[in-house]
Amino acid sequence: MGDATTRVRFKEPQIEMAHGAGGKASRRLVEGLLAPLLLRGGELGDAALLDFDGCALAITTDAFVVTPITFPGGCIGDLAIHGTVNDLAVSGARPEAIVVSLLLEAGLPTTVLEAQVRAMADAAARAGVRVVGGDTKVVEHGKVDQLYITTTGIGRRLPGVTLSARSVRPGDRVIVSGPIGDHGITILLARGGLDLESDLCSDTRSVFPMVETLLQAVGPDIRWMRDPTRGGVATALNELAIDSGLSVHLQEDAIPLRAAVRGACEILGLDPLHIANEGQFLVVVDASRAEEALSVLHGTSRGAEAAIIGEIRDAPAACVLVATPYGGTRIVDMLVGDPLPRIC
Amino acid sequence: MRFVDEFRDAATIRRTCEEIRRLADPARHYRLMEVCGGHTHAIYRFGLRDLLPPNIELIHGPGCPVCVLPMGRIDDGLALADRPDVIFTAFGDMMRVPGAHGTPLEHKARGKDVRIVYSPTDALALAQRHPDRHVLFFAIGFETTAPSTALVLQRARAEGVGNFSVFSNHVTIIPAIRAILDSPDMRIDAFIGPGHVSTVIGCRPYEWIARDEGKPVVISGFEPLDMLQSVVMLLHQLREGRAEVENQYKRVVPWDGNRAALTALAEVFELRPFFEWRGLGFISQSALAVRATYGAWDAERRFEVPGVRVTDPRAAQCGEVLKGVLKPHQCRLFGKECTPERPVGALMVSSEGSCAAYHSYEYRKTVAATPA
Repeated sequence: MGDATTRVRFKEPQIEMAHGAGGKASRRLVEGLLAPLLLRGGELGDAALLDFDGCALAITTDAFVVTPITFPGGCIGDLAIHGTVNDLAVSGARPEAIVVSLLLEAGLPTTVLEAQVRAMADAAARAGVRVVGGDTKVVEHGKVDQLYITTTGIGRRLPGVTLSARSVRPGDRVIVSGPIGDHGITILLARGGLDLESDLCSDTRSVFPMVETLLQAVGPDIRWMRDPTRGGVATALNELAIDSGLSVHLQEDAIPLRAAVRGACEILGLDPLHIANEGQFLVVVDASRAEEALSVLHGTSRGAEAAIIGEIRDAPAACVLVATPYGGTRIVDMLVGDPLPRIC
Repeated sequence: MRFVDEFRDAATIRRTCEEIRRLADPARHYRLMEVCGGHTHAIYRFGLRDLLPPNIELIHGPGCPVCVLPMGRIDDGLALADRPDVIFTAFGDMMRVPGAHGTPLEHKARGKDVRIVYSPTDALALAQRHPDRHVLFFAIGFETTAPSTALVLQRARAEGVGNFSVFSNHVTIIPAIRAILDSPDMRIDAFIGPGHVSTVIGCRPYEWIARDEGKPVVISGFEPLDMLQSVVMLLHQLREGRAEVENQYKRVVPWDGNRAALTALAEVFELRPFFEWRGLGFISQSALAVRATYGAWDAERRFEVPGVRVTDPRAAQCGEVLKGVLKPHQCRLFGKECTPERPVGALMVSSEGSCAAYHSYEYRKTVAATPA
């Protein structure tokens, strides 16, 4: 544990925005400093898995610092509930209870706070999760930007489900639950300054109903799940590739993408695979059950656009490749740095 | 998506690739330089390398304005950001580019007022919103972006905005191509000409390359089919022993360029006697300074600029890569000391830089293909 002999590999002199952006730099900070000092090892996932006297639990926490605090399709309040609910869901757990920590800026209008707390209450009710406690701190004006929210959630793991990068095998298929990049591009446009307009909305939502339906149908053949938030699909799949030692081969034209997201990415020089999502998840499933898993997702209320986007292969090791419809391939790296201001 | 999907059509791309294979003489090795960083990025992003026969080698040219900017210029610009009244603005592309004392983003993390703008117009508007601050726009780019800087300077003068200035790092493409052609170890057969720059300067400025140097030039668009068609056009010229300037990107590039943009450039800017390019050294008449008539909006006249000079690490072989002598991964620092996250050399700096593009999109494919 964190005694003087623990080896800290993180040698960077100061914390930069990139260390919180969810990409490579974040991973270096976690693996090089936080995990060695705080954790006893084990796989790093969206939630920690715990067993208490035969009760299989998952626990997770997430801080939300999005600007602006409201945007088309959502706000920081519902994001704070959905983010934690989704981290539990993709760990194979039913979200049961959440505690909330609020960090407020002195001078914040009560109406703004009330609107966000109402949004949290509504989101929690919709997601079927109880808010059971919390804490509030207020700091001087200018020390935080309006309000930051941290939520910690606990869930009960669904029986018969084992999700781990280490159980992924060559031949497995990769599924995404719906179109990617809606949230990140919505936030980017909501910040203004780009003079781009669209009718895009954030995809923020609880994915637990879809996950539950999927796990009930093909649970034992689901190997791995992740919600591709900051860093996008590219970062989530690169982590899978590194943790499993295998490669992920994607078909570019199979990846669901709205025209507005694609257009914005073309104009801004961004890769949709690096853009954040708040209501989608990735699934790796045994090839023999992939079509079945897909049709189960298609039958859920917001899963009509789910698609098989690629497969797992054994070479080249630990990397993500995308094949273009005309026969070229390219490597897709993790998000490097922070191409956008913070978005969730 | 219109004007995009047509140029990524799989069947047409396959036909064009077959034509390339038909035209390329298997006994010959072709070295084609794409001048523009946007082309370099497109080649890797679209996986075009995989579509070309192995005897057609693409060499990545000097056309990435972020990459060729000397570190000292970044330090100079950031030194001005240290003044408490200054808001430092730049394109997003500049934010992760390191000077000797860190990147603009690192300065922002330390509390300096550093902001991303999407055009110089936004920087001017920021100045109008903050009359008590001074807004400095750190301008970069070839003739592609220089006209928008020129127009904003014209507007700042017309509207009498006194709290705004430009730190100009604009460069011009032709002297850089000349520097490459003049280099003794140059090994290039033909050029894929820069599309965006040419929307402003047109096609005529390249005519000497064909006439005096005997090298074909095809001005190209940025979609996969644009670039492959440009390769076809170059192969036709090489096969027929012609050397001409041809325009593949006619839907955007007028032969004579954009008169209004050129007029604005000439009115606001003048050529510097010489300017340093990372990886290429000093090149005369290759960069744009703000004219004295706009001196009140020229950060270099208005403020004391330290004039920092930072020598690139000797071990970095950017110059050799730029001239096509080395492939990116053959540089001794590539992927070790020098990565996109912590760039040492110029070409690793921007996603349009050939080393960064190669590292992001291609490198591990190559490594994987080589048996251990």
